[in-house]
Amino acid sequence: MKQSQFETRHQAEWQTFDETLAALERGKGNQPRLIADFPAAYRRLCQQLALAQSRGYSMRFVERLQLLVQRGHHQLYRHRSPLGGRLLGFFLGGFGRLVRAEWRYLAAASLIFYGSLLGMAGLVLAFPELVYSLISPEQVAEMEAMYDPDASRLGRFGERGSADDWVMFGYYVMHNIGIAFQTFAGGLLFGLGSLFYLLFNGLIIGAIAGHLTGIGYDQPFWSFVIGHGAFELTAITLAGAAGLKLGAALVAPGRHTRSEALRVAAATAVQLIAGAILFLLIAAFIEAYWSSMTYPSAPVKYAVGALLWLLVGAYLTQSGRRSHAAE
Amino acid sequence: MLDNTLRVETPEGIDLLLRPAGLVPRALAFALDLLIRGALLAALGVAFALLGKFGMGVGALLLFIVQWWYMVLFEVLNQGRTPGKQWLGLHVVHDDGTPIGWASSLTRNLLRFVDMLPFGYFLGSLCCLWHPSFKRLGDLAAGTVVVYRESNISAPALPAAEAVASPLPLTLAEQHALIAFAERHSTLSAERRLELASILAEALQVAPAQAETRIHSIARSLVGPA
Repeated sequence: MKQSQFETRHQAEWQTFDETLAALERGKGNQPRLIADFPAAYRRLCQQLALAQSRGYSMRFVERLQLLVQRGHHQLYRHRSPLGGRLLGFFLGGFGRLVRAEWRYLAAASLIFYGSLLGMAGLVLAFPELVYSLISPEQVAEMEAMYDPDASRLGRFGERGSADDWVMFGYYVMHNIGIAFQTFAGGLLFGLGSLFYLLFNGLIIGAIAGHLTGIGYDQPFWSFVIGHGAFELTAITLAGAAGLKLGAALVAPGRHTRSEALRVAAATAVQLIAGAILFLLIAAFIEAYWSSMTYPSAPVKYAVGALLWLLVGAYLTQSGRRSHAAE
Repeated sequence: MLDNTLRVETPEGIDLLLRPAGLVPRALAFALDLLIRGALLAALGVAFALLGKFGMGVGALLLFIVQWWYMVLFEVLNQGRTPGKQWLGLHVVHDDGTPIGWASSLTRNLLRFVDMLPFGYFLGSLCCLWHPSFKRLGDLAAGTVVVYRESNISAPALPAAEAVASPLPLTLAEQHALIAFAERHSTLSAERRLELASILAEALQVAPAQAETRIHSIARSLVGPA
């Protein structure tokens, strides 16, 4: 068949397909009348393109069909299932399973982070001047003011009233998720960036904890951090685990090429990050609205904090155990 | 072909042609996005300064969204295009030509942080210049590629000529070449057309001056009755 015959025969069909595409691209393709025929029309078009190519029709003509196919491909292979449902399924079951499958990276990240944290805290308790090797005297003074046992509210923004819980929430989201994202992205530098941020944050937090405990501010400090720490510290180790996974894929790609290994690792790692984001949102909420309160007595705070740690532990070890739970 | 087209085979057995965008258009798109984000932040800053402390909290949240989610939200919800990419006619897709989703968009935009090291997108630019499809590190990890978004191609009209069958059998490539010559006649100068056509004069058994009309005629007959 000559090209012009072929063209006249199918012209109307392509016109309709083009209009459907335009509607779908504008996000108005919800009418069932419009999309009922779409997959079939797309596959007919593919066949016509293959015919046009094998019959040696003109380049420009083939390109025109190719463009239509390309746009069709883009619409047909689109993920349209509602995001809310997928997220819910992921957080109810998938995330716990994922963390358990990647427990080696989480263990490594936790070891580095908590190891440096506890080590530094112990060192600062033994040699109090050591805190100034990491943190400037002004910042130490600021920390001391924040956790002064006589203050009415604790933590950053402690000097302000409770109307500012919002400010704190916003600040914590900004600040902590930023740190988690950096810890993850640093994994791309053969894991070194993640190692650095895990160690660095561990050392800083450890130094502060050691210093405040050493000068007798232990009760306000620990009762402040224990609640949201369950989510915040776990999130940092999750982000670190995700970064280490990226790094491991680059250092030891196994049977894949490096770029292939990186792609596979990144697909998993970004899910760990999704979990870390949820944890950090919860942590920011607790930190702004619960940890900063001073009227619950310290034992209550410790009890609630311990409960939250248990909750996180139970969630990570138990969720998604029963098959079909989330699906 | 002598270009950097990326061929992707679809499940239907059709080759998609993707044209990856190089460093300069991508940098321009990013600069434009940066400007827009800057303007957004400035506007937000003024608006929330007026709202006092509640505004500060909301402002911090919005700052976070603009800083970390601007690219992701636009890419996923606007067919792979941020305003900057849209302006330059680019969009980001998966390596297999399918639309970008939440996970891959999040990956490539979080890893931007490493592309920016040690300053001003140095690593990202190096990687982009080195990679055959101009990918930066984030693209490598997410399995995405930034490509040109083709606009509609209108097939040009063939020059008017009487259809004459070719005097000798033609291969597919030769047919393509003859039709392409006829389709592009309006973009070439008369001297260049004569020069190109006269190469075939002998094979087509016509005088060099008539070769051009003859090629048009053969192209006409190949395409079919108008």
